[in-house]
Amino acid sequence: MNTAQCKTWDEFTEGIWRQNPVFVMVLGMCPVLAVSVSAVNALSMGLATMFVLVCSCGLVSLLRRMIPKEVRIAVYIVIIATFVTAVDYAIQAISLALYDALGAFIQLIVVNCIILGRAEAHAAKNPPVPAMFNAAGMGIGFTIGLFALGAVREVLGAGTLFGITLFGAGFQPWVIMVLPPGGFFVLGAWLLFFAWLERRKLRRAAPLSEAGQHV
Amino acid sequence: MSESAFQIFVNALLANNFVLAMFLGLCPFLGVSGKLDTAFPMGVATTFVMLVASLCAYGLNLLLTAFHLEFLRLISYIVIIASSVQLVEMVLKKYSPGLFRALGIYLPLITTNCAVLGVALFQTARDYSFVQSVVFAVGGGGGFTLALVLMASVRERLTLSNVPDLAQGTALSLMLAGILSLSFMGFAGLGG
Repeated sequence: MNTAQCKTWDEFTEGIWRQNPVFVMVLGMCPVLAVSVSAVNALSMGLATMFVLVCSCGLVSLLRRMIPKEVRIAVYIVIIATFVTAVDYAIQAISLALYDALGAFIQLIVVNCIILGRAEAHAAKNPPVPAMFNAAGMGIGFTIGLFALGAVREVLGAGTLFGITLFGAGFQPWVIMVLPPGGFFVLGAWLLFFAWLERRKLRRAAPLSEAGQHV
Repeated sequence: MSESAFQIFVNALLANNFVLAMFLGLCPFLGVSGKLDTAFPMGVATTFVMLVASLCAYGLNLLLTAFHLEFLRLISYIVIIASSVQLVEMVLKKYSPGLFRALGIYLPLITTNCAVLGVALFQTARDYSFVQSVVFAVGGGGGFTLALVLMASVRERLTLSNVPDLAQGTALSLMLAGILSLSFMGFAGLGG
Protein backbone atom coordinates (compact mmCIF):
# COMPACT_ATOMS: atom_id res chain seq x y z
CA MET A 1 0.00 0.00 0.00
CA ASN A 2 1.28 3.47 -0.84
CA THR A 3 0.80 6.42 1.47
CA ALA A 4 -2.44 7.67 -0.09
CA GLN A 5 -4.07 4.26 0.20
CA CYS A 6 -2.76 3.91 3.69
CA LYS A 7 -4.29 7.24 4.68
CA THR A 8 -7.66 6.35 3.17
CA TRP A 9 -7.65 3.03 4.98
CA ASP A 10 -6.75 4.78 8.19
CA GLU A 11 -9.64 7.22 7.76
CA PHE A 12 -11.96 4.34 7.03
CA THR A 13 -11.13 2.43 10.19
CA GLU A 14 -11.15 5.60 12.30
CA GLY A 15 -14.92 5.63 12.44
CA ILE A 16 -15.19 1.97 13.32
CA TRP A 17 -13.06 1.98 16.41
CA ARG A 18 -10.92 4.94 17.46
CA GLN A 19 -13.55 7.59 16.79
CA ASN A 20 -16.63 5.40 17.05
CA PRO A 21 -19.57 7.82 16.83
CA VAL A 22 -21.62 6.05 19.49
CA PHE A 23 -19.08 4.99 22.10
CA VAL A 24 -16.29 7.53 21.73
CA MET A 25 -17.82 10.71 20.34
CA VAL A 26 -21.29 10.10 21.81
CA LEU A 27 -22.99 11.76 18.84
CA GLY A 28 -26.39 11.09 17.33
CA MET A 29 -27.77 9.69 20.55
CA CYS A 30 -31.45 10.24 19.84
CA PRO A 31 -31.96 7.49 17.26
CA VAL A 32 -29.47 5.29 19.08
CA LEU A 33 -31.54 5.17 22.23
CA ALA A 34 -34.98 5.35 20.70
CA VAL A 35 -34.66 2.68 18.06
CA SER A 36 -32.44 0.15 19.82
CA VAL A 37 -35.22 -1.84 21.48
CA SER A 38 -34.54 -4.80 19.20
CA ALA A 39 -31.58 -5.99 17.16
CA VAL A 40 -33.46 -5.85 13.83
CA ASN A 41 -34.63 -2.28 14.34
CA ALA A 42 -31.14 -1.22 15.39
CA LEU A 43 -29.51 -2.82 12.38
CA SER A 44 -31.91 -1.36 9.83
CA MET A 45 -31.66 2.09 11.37
CA GLY A 46 -27.86 1.79 11.24
CA LEU A 47 -27.91 0.82 7.58
CA ALA A 48 -30.34 3.60 6.66
CA THR A 49 -28.14 6.15 8.42
CA MET A 50 -25.05 4.77 6.74
CA PHE A 51 -26.63 5.12 3.29
CA VAL A 52 -27.52 8.76 3.93
CA LEU A 53 -24.09 9.40 5.42
CA VAL A 54 -22.14 7.99 2.47
CA CYS A 55 -24.32 9.61 -0.22
CA SER A 56 -24.45 13.04 1.35
CA CYS A 57 -20.74 13.08 2.17
CA GLY A 58 -19.96 12.13 -1.43
CA LEU A 59 -22.16 14.89 -2.80
CA VAL A 60 -20.92 17.50 -0.33
CA SER A 61 -17.37 16.60 -1.25
CA LEU A 62 -18.10 16.89 -5.00
CA LEU A 63 -19.68 20.29 -4.50
CA ARG A 64 -17.18 21.53 -1.94
CA ARG A 65 -15.62 24.18 -4.21
CA MET A 66 -19.00 25.52 -5.33
CA ILE A 67 -20.71 25.96 -1.96
CA PRO A 68 -20.31 29.49 -0.57
CA LYS A 69 -18.89 29.40 2.94
CA GLU A 70 -21.66 31.51 4.50
CA VAL A 71 -24.54 29.23 3.59
CA ARG A 72 -22.71 25.92 3.78
CA ILE A 73 -24.65 24.49 6.72
CA ALA A 74 -27.97 25.20 5.02
CA VAL A 75 -26.72 23.57 1.83
CA TYR A 76 -25.52 20.49 3.70
CA ILE A 77 -28.84 20.13 5.47
CA VAL A 78 -30.79 20.36 2.23
CA ILE A 79 -28.53 17.72 0.67
CA ILE A 80 -28.98 15.44 3.68
CA ALA A 81 -32.74 15.99 3.75
CA THR A 82 -32.97 14.99 0.09
CA PHE A 83 -31.34 11.63 0.73
CA VAL A 84 -33.37 11.06 3.86
CA THR A 85 -36.58 11.63 1.92
CA ALA A 86 -35.41 8.98 -0.55
CA VAL A 87 -34.62 6.51 2.25
CA ASP A 88 -37.94 7.27 3.93
CA TYR A 89 -39.92 6.37 0.81
CA ALA A 90 -37.70 3.35 0.11
CA ILE A 91 -38.27 1.81 3.54
CA GLN A 92 -41.98 2.51 3.29
CA ALA A 93 -42.01 0.57 0.00
CA ILE A 94 -39.84 -2.32 1.21
CA SER A 95 -41.32 -3.07 4.63
CA LEU A 96 -44.28 -1.29 6.13
CA ALA A 97 -43.82 -3.13 9.45
CA LEU A 98 -40.29 -1.81 9.77
CA TYR A 99 -41.45 1.66 8.74
CA ASP A 100 -44.02 1.64 11.55
CA ALA A 101 -41.49 0.36 14.08
CA LEU A 102 -38.91 3.04 13.29
CA GLY A 103 -41.59 5.71 13.10
CA ALA A 104 -40.50 9.32 12.85
CA PHE A 105 -36.91 8.38 13.50
CA ILE A 106 -36.24 7.70 9.83
CA GLN A 107 -37.08 11.31 9.01
CA LEU A 108 -35.15 12.42 12.04
CA ILE A 109 -31.96 11.07 10.42
CA VAL A 110 -31.79 14.59 8.94
CA VAL A 111 -30.86 16.03 12.29
CA ASN A 112 -28.41 13.31 13.24
CA CYS A 113 -25.33 15.25 14.31
CA ILE A 114 -22.98 12.57 12.95
CA ILE A 115 -23.93 13.31 9.36
CA LEU A 116 -23.69 17.08 9.60
CA GLY A 117 -20.49 16.68 11.61
CA ARG A 118 -18.88 14.48 8.96
CA ALA A 119 -19.97 16.79 6.15
CA GLU A 120 -18.49 19.79 7.92
CA ALA A 121 -15.36 18.21 9.37
CA HIS A 122 -14.32 15.83 6.63
CA ALA A 123 -16.26 15.85 3.37
CA ALA A 124 -15.97 19.62 2.91
CA LYS A 125 -12.18 19.38 2.92
CA ASN A 126 -11.45 16.15 1.06
CA PRO A 127 -11.99 14.65 -2.41
CA PRO A 128 -15.03 12.38 -2.87
CA VAL A 129 -13.35 8.96 -2.57
CA PRO A 130 -11.66 9.43 0.82
CA ALA A 131 -14.73 11.33 2.04
CA MET A 132 -17.00 8.44 1.16
CA PHE A 133 -14.64 5.91 2.72
CA ASN A 134 -14.52 7.93 5.90
CA ALA A 135 -18.31 8.22 5.88
CA ALA A 136 -18.67 4.48 5.33
CA GLY A 137 -16.37 3.82 8.28
CA MET A 138 -18.42 6.12 10.48
CA GLY A 139 -21.59 4.47 9.25
CA ILE A 140 -20.28 1.01 10.10
CA GLY A 141 -19.15 2.23 13.51
CA PHE A 142 -22.59 3.72 14.12
CA THR A 143 -24.30 0.50 13.02
CA ILE A 144 -22.07 -1.56 15.33
CA GLY A 145 -22.86 0.76 18.22
CA LEU A 146 -26.58 0.59 17.55
CA PHE A 147 -26.45 -3.16 17.19
CA ALA A 148 -24.48 -3.61 20.42
CA LEU A 149 -27.12 -1.63 22.24
CA GLY A 150 -30.09 -3.21 20.48
CA ALA A 151 -28.87 -6.76 21.01
CA VAL A 152 -28.27 -6.27 24.75
CA ARG A 153 -31.64 -4.61 25.22
CA GLU A 154 -33.50 -7.27 23.28
CA VAL A 155 -31.77 -10.18 25.04
CA LEU A 156 -32.33 -8.74 28.51
CA GLY A 157 -35.70 -7.13 27.92
CA ALA A 158 -37.47 -9.78 25.87
CA GLY A 159 -35.24 -12.84 26.10
CA THR A 160 -34.90 -12.99 22.32
CA LEU A 161 -32.37 -12.11 19.62
CA PHE A 162 -33.65 -11.38 16.10
CA GLY A 163 -36.99 -12.68 17.39
CA ILE A 164 -35.58 -16.10 18.35
CA THR A 165 -36.20 -17.12 21.94
CA LEU A 166 -32.93 -17.71 23.76
CA PHE A 167 -33.91 -18.88 27.22
CA GLY A 168 -36.22 -21.50 28.66
CA ALA A 169 -39.73 -20.83 29.88
CA GLY A 170 -38.37 -19.95 33.32
CA PHE A 171 -36.81 -16.74 32.00
CA GLN A 172 -38.35 -13.64 33.47
CA PRO A 173 -37.95 -10.77 30.96
CA TRP A 174 -36.28 -7.68 32.32
CA VAL A 175 -38.91 -5.36 30.93
CA ILE A 176 -37.24 -2.15 32.05
CA MET A 177 -34.55 -2.76 29.42
CA VAL A 178 -36.90 -2.22 26.47
CA LEU A 179 -38.49 0.80 28.15
CA PRO A 180 -36.86 4.24 27.84
CA PRO A 181 -34.76 4.09 31.06
CA GLY A 182 -33.18 0.84 29.88
CA GLY A 183 -31.70 2.65 26.87
CA PHE A 184 -29.91 5.12 29.12
CA PHE A 185 -28.69 2.40 31.47
CA VAL A 186 -27.37 0.08 28.76
CA LEU A 187 -25.58 2.87 26.91
CA GLY A 188 -24.10 4.07 30.20
CA ALA A 189 -22.91 0.56 30.95
CA TRP A 190 -21.28 0.25 27.53
CA LEU A 191 -19.49 3.57 28.03
CA LEU A 192 -18.27 2.41 31.44
CA PHE A 193 -17.01 -0.79 29.86
CA PHE A 194 -15.07 1.13 27.20
CA ALA A 195 -13.65 3.53 29.76
CA TRP A 196 -12.45 0.51 31.74
CA LEU A 197 -10.85 -1.05 28.62
CA GLU A 198 -9.07 2.21 27.82
CA ARG A 199 -7.82 2.52 31.39
CA ARG A 200 -6.49 -1.02 31.36
CA LYS A 201 -4.70 -0.44 28.06
CA LEU A 202 -3.08 2.73 29.39
CA ARG A 203 -1.97 1.05 32.56
CA ARG A 204 -0.32 -1.74 30.59
CA ALA A 205 1.36 0.63 28.16
CA ALA A 206 2.56 3.07 30.81
CA PRO A 207 5.58 1.14 32.14
CA LEU A 208 6.88 0.52 28.60
CA SER A 209 6.80 3.95 27.03
CA GLU A 210 4.99 7.26 26.90
CA ALA A 211 4.28 6.68 23.20
CA GLY A 212 1.54 4.22 24.02
CA GLN A 213 -0.71 7.05 25.16
CA HIS A 214 -1.99 8.10 21.77
CA VAL A 215 -5.58 9.12 21.78
CA MET B 1 -59.85 14.79 17.22
CA SER B 2 -60.52 13.11 20.53
CA GLU B 3 -57.55 14.47 22.44
CA SER B 4 -58.23 17.71 24.26
CA ALA B 5 -55.62 20.44 24.32
CA PHE B 6 -54.98 19.85 28.01
CA GLN B 7 -54.30 16.16 27.46
CA ILE B 8 -51.83 16.95 24.71
CA PHE B 9 -50.07 19.47 26.92
CA VAL B 10 -49.73 17.14 29.91
CA ASN B 11 -48.65 14.28 27.69
CA ALA B 12 -45.94 16.28 25.97
CA LEU B 13 -44.79 17.85 29.23
CA LEU B 14 -44.67 14.82 31.51
CA ALA B 15 -45.97 11.43 30.40
CA ASN B 16 -44.27 11.46 27.01
CA ASN B 17 -41.50 13.84 27.93
CA PHE B 18 -39.52 14.61 24.79
CA VAL B 19 -36.14 13.95 26.31
CA LEU B 20 -36.74 11.24 28.88
CA ALA B 21 -39.40 9.14 27.20
CA MET B 22 -39.04 9.81 23.49
CA PHE B 23 -35.28 10.41 23.31
CA LEU B 24 -35.53 13.63 21.36
CA GLY B 25 -32.95 16.35 21.82
CA LEU B 26 -30.38 14.34 23.71
CA CYS B 27 -27.35 16.20 22.37
CA PRO B 28 -28.12 19.50 24.12
CA PHE B 29 -29.53 17.54 27.07
CA LEU B 30 -26.14 15.93 27.67
CA GLY B 31 -24.10 18.87 26.42
CA VAL B 32 -25.60 21.96 28.06
CA SER B 33 -26.86 20.46 31.31
CA GLY B 34 -23.63 21.11 33.21
CA LYS B 35 -24.72 24.41 34.75
CA LEU B 36 -28.13 25.63 35.79
CA ASP B 37 -27.70 29.19 34.50
CA THR B 38 -27.08 28.01 30.93
CA ALA B 39 -29.55 25.12 31.03
CA PHE B 40 -32.61 27.27 31.66
CA PRO B 41 -32.02 29.86 28.91
CA MET B 42 -31.18 27.05 26.53
CA GLY B 43 -34.50 25.42 27.32
CA VAL B 44 -36.38 28.67 26.80
CA ALA B 45 -34.58 29.37 23.51
CA THR B 46 -35.39 25.87 22.29
CA THR B 47 -39.03 26.22 23.33
CA PHE B 48 -39.26 29.48 21.41
CA VAL B 49 -37.76 27.91 18.29
CA MET B 50 -40.16 24.98 18.69
CA LEU B 51 -43.14 27.31 18.84
CA VAL B 52 -42.06 29.27 15.77
CA ALA B 53 -41.23 26.08 13.88
CA SER B 54 -44.53 24.52 14.83
CA LEU B 55 -46.52 27.57 13.64
CA CYS B 56 -44.62 27.73 10.36
CA ALA B 57 -44.82 23.99 9.85
CA TYR B 58 -48.58 24.09 10.31
CA GLY B 59 -49.02 26.76 7.64
CA LEU B 60 -46.52 25.15 5.34
CA ASN B 61 -48.16 21.78 5.60
CA LEU B 62 -51.48 23.26 4.47
CA LEU B 63 -49.70 24.77 1.50
CA LEU B 64 -47.81 21.58 0.61
CA THR B 65 -50.93 19.44 0.88
CA ALA B 66 -52.84 21.86 -1.33
CA PHE B 67 -50.23 21.54 -4.07
CA HIS B 68 -49.59 17.80 -3.51
CA LEU B 69 -45.95 18.35 -2.68
CA GLU B 70 -45.77 16.15 0.42
CA PHE B 71 -42.36 14.79 -0.54
CA LEU B 72 -40.90 18.25 0.02
CA ARG B 73 -42.16 18.33 3.61
CA LEU B 74 -38.95 17.28 5.33
CA ILE B 75 -36.75 19.63 3.33
CA SER B 76 -39.00 22.65 3.83
CA TYR B 77 -39.41 21.97 7.56
CA ILE B 78 -35.69 21.87 8.11
CA VAL B 79 -35.18 25.12 6.19
CA ILE B 80 -37.82 26.82 8.36
CA ILE B 81 -36.18 25.57 11.53
CA ALA B 82 -32.74 26.69 10.39
CA SER B 83 -34.06 30.19 9.70
CA SER B 84 -35.86 30.52 13.03
CA VAL B 85 -32.69 29.44 14.84
CA GLN B 86 -30.84 32.14 12.93
CA LEU B 87 -33.43 34.63 14.18
CA VAL B 88 -33.05 33.59 17.81
CA GLU B 89 -29.30 33.77 17.43
CA MET B 90 -29.41 37.34 16.13
CA VAL B 91 -31.80 38.46 18.88
CA LEU B 92 -29.65 36.91 21.61
CA LYS B 93 -26.44 38.31 20.16
CA LYS B 94 -27.89 41.81 20.24
CA TYR B 95 -29.64 41.76 23.60
CA SER B 96 -27.64 39.29 25.69
CA PRO B 97 -24.08 38.81 24.41
CA GLY B 98 -23.01 37.07 27.63
CA LEU B 99 -25.62 34.38 27.28
CA PHE B 100 -24.81 34.15 23.58
CA ARG B 101 -21.21 33.29 24.41
CA ALA B 102 -22.16 30.87 27.19
CA LEU B 103 -24.40 28.82 24.91
CA GLY B 104 -21.65 28.78 22.30
CA ILE B 105 -21.81 26.04 19.73
CA TYR B 106 -25.06 24.66 21.13
CA LEU B 107 -27.07 27.63 19.89
CA PRO B 108 -26.66 26.96 16.15
CA LEU B 109 -27.02 23.30 17.00
CA ILE B 110 -30.68 23.87 17.93
CA THR B 111 -31.15 23.43 14.19
CA THR B 112 -30.08 19.83 14.52
CA ASN B 113 -32.07 19.32 17.73
CA CYS B 114 -34.32 16.39 16.98
CA ALA B 115 -36.91 17.73 19.39
CA VAL B 116 -37.62 20.74 17.18
CA LEU B 117 -38.00 18.74 14.00
CA GLY B 118 -39.81 16.12 16.08
CA VAL B 119 -42.53 18.61 17.05
CA ALA B 120 -43.09 19.53 13.42
CA LEU B 121 -43.13 15.92 12.23
CA PHE B 122 -45.34 14.56 15.02
CA GLN B 123 -47.96 17.27 14.69
CA THR B 124 -48.16 16.51 10.98
CA ALA B 125 -48.30 12.76 11.51
CA ARG B 126 -51.05 13.12 14.13
CA ASP B 127 -53.11 15.65 12.14
CA TYR B 128 -53.21 18.17 14.97
CA SER B 129 -55.35 21.26 14.52
CA PHE B 130 -53.85 24.73 14.90
CA VAL B 131 -54.55 25.03 18.62
CA GLN B 132 -53.42 21.47 19.27
CA SER B 133 -50.14 22.14 17.42
CA VAL B 134 -49.39 25.24 19.47
CA VAL B 135 -50.17 23.47 22.73
CA PHE B 136 -48.08 20.50 21.68
CA ALA B 137 -45.10 22.73 20.89
CA VAL B 138 -45.33 24.62 24.19
CA GLY B 139 -45.78 21.40 26.17
CA GLY B 140 -42.89 19.72 24.39
CA GLY B 141 -40.64 22.72 24.89
CA GLY B 142 -41.66 22.96 28.53
CA GLY B 143 -40.87 19.29 28.99
CA PHE B 144 -37.48 19.77 27.38
CA THR B 145 -36.74 22.73 29.66
CA LEU B 146 -37.91 20.77 32.69
CA ALA B 147 -35.68 17.81 31.89
CA LEU B 148 -32.73 20.09 31.21
CA VAL B 149 -33.18 22.03 34.46
CA LEU B 150 -33.62 18.88 36.55
CA MET B 151 -30.54 17.32 35.03
CA ALA B 152 -28.48 20.47 35.49
CA SER B 153 -29.45 20.75 39.16
CA VAL B 154 -28.49 17.14 39.82
CA ARG B 155 -25.21 17.53 37.99
CA GLU B 156 -24.34 20.71 39.87
CA ARG B 157 -24.74 18.82 43.12
CA LEU B 158 -22.77 15.94 41.77
CA THR B 159 -19.63 18.00 41.15
CA LEU B 160 -19.23 18.18 44.93
CA SER B 161 -19.59 14.47 45.54
CA ASN B 162 -17.05 11.74 45.26
CA VAL B 163 -17.58 9.75 42.06
CA PRO B 164 -15.22 7.00 40.88
CA ASP B 165 -13.27 8.68 38.09
CA LEU B 166 -13.97 5.77 35.74
CA ALA B 167 -17.63 6.78 35.71
CA GLN B 168 -16.86 10.48 35.31
CA GLY B 169 -18.41 12.24 32.29
CA THR B 170 -20.95 10.93 29.85
CA ALA B 171 -21.41 7.52 31.42
CA LEU B 172 -22.47 9.15 34.67
CA SER B 173 -24.83 11.56 32.88
CA LEU B 174 -26.47 8.66 31.09
CA MET B 175 -27.02 6.75 34.31
CA LEU B 176 -28.55 9.89 35.83
CA ALA B 177 -30.77 10.33 32.80
CA GLY B 178 -31.85 6.71 33.20
CA ILE B 179 -32.92 7.31 36.78
CA LEU B 180 -34.74 10.54 35.83
CA SER B 181 -36.45 8.68 33.01
CA LEU B 182 -37.46 5.96 35.44
CA SER B 183 -39.11 8.49 37.70
CA PHE B 184 -40.87 10.16 34.77
CA MET B 185 -42.41 6.79 33.95
CA GLY B 186 -44.49 7.36 37.03
CA PHE B 187 -46.44 9.97 35.04
CA ALA B 188 -47.54 7.36 32.51
CA GLY B 189 -51.27 7.46 31.93
CA LEU B 190 -51.61 10.92 33.43
CA GLY B 191 -52.67 12.45 30.13
CA GLY B 192 -55.36 9.82 29.68
